[in-house]
Amino acid sequence: MSFEVNGKTFETDEEGYMVNLLEWEPGCAEAMAKLEDQPLTDAHWEVINFLREYYDEYQIAPAVRVLTKAIGKKLGKEKGNSKYLYELFPYGPGKQACKYAGLPKPTGCV
Amino acid sequence: MADVKKFMYVNRKAPYGTIYALESLEVVLIGAAFDQDVSLAFVDDGVYQLTKDQDTTGVGIKNFSKTYSALGDYEVSKIYVDQESLDERGLTLDDLQHLVWEDEDDDWAEKDSIRVLSRAEMADLFEEQDVVLSF
Repeated sequence: MSFEVNGKTFETDEEGYMVNLLEWEPGCAEAMAKLEDQPLTDAHWEVINFLREYYDEYQIAPAVRVLTKAIGKKLGKEKGNSKYLYELFPYGPGKQACKYAGLPKPTGCV
Repeated sequence: MADVKKFMYVNRKAPYGTIYALESLEVVLIGAAFDQDVSLAFVDDGVYQLTKDQDTTGVGIKNFSKTYSALGDYEVSKIYVDQESLDERGLTLDDLQHLVWEDEDDDWAEKDSIRVLSRAEMADLFEEQDVVLSF
């Protein structure tokens, strides 16, 4: 599978996760979100950027429980809860936000 | 929670060259979701897994050593290192990454995760476990 941004092709696995993490650019998130009819607001970008920073620091996509706690610590309690994150990413903040961020599926996620 | 078991993951191999170290780390991160009493032991060449400033450019493998710092986020806070194994390799605690966890019951105070044990203490600790997984 693959998607295109400005004429450039990006390869994905069978579940839509990018094969080459290093190729990611913001346009990739927009394109993958569009495929799932998911508009991206600033609130979505806040989570996507957070995930990219987390990956850069720890080399893993965090489990959703860990993500929720870490978001609460960094961005405030009103954002560090499942309700807020699932409203932004109805397919699951781990799976969906990691996909748009160009990260692999969270470790331990089925 | 009567059914909490003591799980110990024993890491004996150098980080690269075999898949054991990475597999162990992934199993620990996955297993952390199950609310068991988890501890990690690093013995023999396994102590190299925790060394700081690892650089894998030459071997073309992802440097996953940064991931050990995430263990605290996963509430894995008991990391035991064998003193003799360090000595035999000319290493000290200063050669290892500084790993911490935050204690929820103590106003999120940062505490050290790594404890260095003598081989005898390590043996006692193995004795206490319900499950020992060796990598």
